[in-house]
Amino acid sequence: MFHWLEKNPFLFSVGVFIVIAFAGLVEILPNFAEAARPIKGLKPYTVLELAGKEVYKKDNCIACHSQLIRPFKAETDRYGQYSLSGEYAYDRPFLWGSKRTGPDLHRVGNYRTSDWHANHMWNPKSVVPDSIMPAYKHQFTNIADTETAYAEAVTVKKVFNTPYGPEIAPGKEAYEKYYKSVMLPEAMKIAKEMKNKDVLAKVEKGEIPEIVALIAYLNKLK
Amino acid sequence: MQSNAALEYDYSVAKLYMLTTVIFGIVGMTIGVLIAAQLAFPELNYLLGEYGTFSRLRPLHTNVVIYGFTVSGIMASFYYSAPRVLKVSLGELPAINALAKLGFAAYLVAATFLVISLGMGITASKEYAQMEWPLDIAIVVYWVIWGIVMFGLIGARREKALYISMWYYIATFLGVAMLYLFNNMEVPTMFFSGGLGAWYHSVSMYAGTNDALVQWWWGHNAVAFVFTVPIIAIIYYFLPKESGQAVYSYKLSLLSFWGLMFIYLWAGGHHLLWSTVPDWMQTMGSIFSVVLILPSWGSAINMLLTMKGEWNQLTENPLIKFMVLASTFYMLSTLEGPIQAVKSVNAIAHFTDWIPGHVHDGVLGWVAFMIFAALMHMSTRIFKREIYSKSLLEAQFWIQTTGVVLYFTSMWIAGITQGMMWRAVDEYGNLMYSFIDTVSVLHPYYTIRAIGGVLFLVGVFMFAWNLFMTATAGRKLDQEPQFRSPMA
Repeated sequence: MFHWLEKNPFLFSVGVFIVIAFAGLVEILPNFAEAARPIKGLKPYTVLELAGKEVYKKDNCIACHSQLIRPFKAETDRYGQYSLSGEYAYDRPFLWGSKRTGPDLHRVGNYRTSDWHANHMWNPKSVVPDSIMPAYKHQFTNIADTETAYAEAVTVKKVFNTPYGPEIAPGKEAYEKYYKSVMLPEAMKIAKEMKNKDVLAKVEKGEIPEIVALIAYLNKLK
Repeated sequence: MQSNAALEYDYSVAKLYMLTTVIFGIVGMTIGVLIAAQLAFPELNYLLGEYGTFSRLRPLHTNVVIYGFTVSGIMASFYYSAPRVLKVSLGELPAINALAKLGFAAYLVAATFLVISLGMGITASKEYAQMEWPLDIAIVVYWVIWGIVMFGLIGARREKALYISMWYYIATFLGVAMLYLFNNMEVPTMFFSGGLGAWYHSVSMYAGTNDALVQWWWGHNAVAFVFTVPIIAIIYYFLPKESGQAVYSYKLSLLSFWGLMFIYLWAGGHHLLWSTVPDWMQTMGSIFSVVLILPSWGSAINMLLTMKGEWNQLTENPLIKFMVLASTFYMLSTLEGPIQAVKSVNAIAHFTDWIPGHVHDGVLGWVAFMIFAALMHMSTRIFKREIYSKSLLEAQFWIQTTGVVLYFTSMWIAGITQGMMWRAVDEYGNLMYSFIDTVSVLHPYYTIRAIGGVLFLVGVFMFAWNLFMTATAGRKLDQEPQFRSPMA
C-alpha cells in the first residue's frame, strides 16, 4: 500500500513533517495575538522584582509551587480570584509550574508579609511546623544579580515594547544610576519590613541580597 | 550486492553510547532516589548546601535521565540497529563515521555543561527545556549532526525499503527538531542592553499564556518524540530479533505510525486544562488525548501479537520478559494518560503526585525496560560474548518490576488523596483542610515511593554489572547468534 513511500526517504520525511506540523499551526497560532494582551492597569515588574523572579527561577520554586489558580470554588476560596490570561502578559517565561507540593503562589502577595517570607525562607518550620520545604538560608547571603535583571528590562523594553520609562536604558551608566536612585530605596523598604539586622546592614552598605529581591517579587504577586 | 553475513558492522559509536547510557542511568536515577527521599525526609535537603535542595536537584534528575540515560540508550540502539536494517556499516563511510564520533563528543560536552549549569541554577526555567541559549545552540548542532549521519546512512543503504524502525527514527529527528527550535526561541539580554549582566541570560520570545502553550506543545511532544517514538523504533527491531518472530501485522504498524504522527501533536493542550488558554484548545487537547489510545495500543498490540504461538519464550528468556512487560506498561501508561486528560478527572489529578506517578510507569516500565533489553541483546553481538548471568537478569527483572509497581500505586493513592482533600468542604461549604494537612497525609506514600525507587536503582546497578561482565568475561561466541541471545 505504502511500499513506494518507504523506498523514498525524502518524500517520506516530507510526509511525516507535514503531518506533525499541522497541529501546531491550527492549535497554537490563532489565539497568539489576543493572548499577548495585558489586562488594564497591569504594570511591568520593577527591576528589583525581575531580579527576584531570577531568584525564583534559580532556586526553581516551580518544582513545587504553581502560579495558576483554576476556576473552581475550592481554589478561589483558598487562593483568591482565579487567574486571568492578561495578568501574565509580562511573564517571560511563564511560571505556572506543573506540581503543587506546596500551595499556589499566584496571589501570595495578598496574604503574606515581607516579615513572614523572611522567617519562612530562613526556616519554614518556624511558621509552618509540619512543612517539608527546605530552608533557603543562602538567599540571605548571596547577592542578587541586579545587573542581569536590568539587562532583561532593557531587552524587553526594546524588543517587545514592554512599557518601561526612560530610566530603563542600555549601558553601565544608566544601570548604575537606576541602581542607586530606584532599586536601593525599594530594597531598603523591604529590608526594613523583614526585621533582619544582617540583611538591613547589607542593604545599607549598598548590596541587595537575593532574599530581598525574592520578597519584592513575591509581594508583587497579587 | 553483498550478503548480510559478509558485512562486518562497525559498532564503535554504539559502544560509546552504551557506556554513557549506564553512567547517566546511575547518576540520574541516584538523584531521583535522593529527591524522592527528600519529600519523605526533608532533612536530606541539606547534604550539599545550596546545591542539594529538592528544587535545585529536580531538573538535574529529569534532564540527566531524559537527555543522558534515554537519549544515550536511543542512540546506542540507533547506531546498532539502523546500519543493520539499512545493510550498510558505518565503517564503509569514513566521513559519516567521523561525524558520528564528533556528534558523540558534542553530546558529552553539552551534557557536561548542562549538568554544571543546572547545578548552579542557570536555567531558562521551562520544564525539560531549561538550557540557556548557548547550550541550545550546542544541542541544535548535535541534532543536525545526527540528522546528517542518519540520512547519510540512508543514502548509502543496500536495503531499499526502510524498515519500520527507520520510520520512527526519522520521525524522532524531525519532531524534536521542530519542537525544540520553536520552544527555545529566546532573546539573549546581553545584545540589547549594551553588554550588561550575565552573557548566557535570555528572555523567552513568548509571554504568559502563549509561552505556556508553546512550552506544553513541546513538553508533551518531547514525551512523544523521546519517550515514545524512538522507543517504538527500538521494540520493532529488538523484539522480532530476539524472539525470531516476524512482526504480526504490517498494516497495523502502518496505521499506528501515521496515526501516532498525526494525533500526538494535538494532545499537548491537556497539560493546560482549566488554565487561561482558550476553552476550545483545551477541549481539542482532551479529545485528541483519548483518540491517541488507538495508535498507541496499535503498536503495543502489534508487538504482543508478534509473540503469538511463542509465549513459552516468556518463561525461558528474561529479555523477552523485559520487552513484553514494557509493551504492557506502554499500554497501561497510554490508557492512564487519556484518563487524566478528561477534564473532570484532570480537575482532581492536575498538580498532584498522580502525574509523576503516570510519568514513571511509562519511563521506568516502558522506556527503561526497553533500553535494558536492547542493550543486553546487542551486547552479545557487539562483544561476541554470551550474557554473563541469566539469573542476575531474572533477579533484576523482578526487583525492578516490584519497584515500579510500588512507585505508581503509591503515587496514585497520594495524588487522588491530595486532589480530593484540596476540594473537600464541610457541611457549611468551608474548606475542610489547610494546605499543610494535605502534605502531611502523604508521608507514607512518599516513603513507599522512595523504596520503589531504591529497588529500581538496585536493578540498574545489577544491569551495569551484568553488562560490564558480559563485555569483559562472558564466554566467547564463535558466531553471531541468529535470534535468542545466549546467556549463562
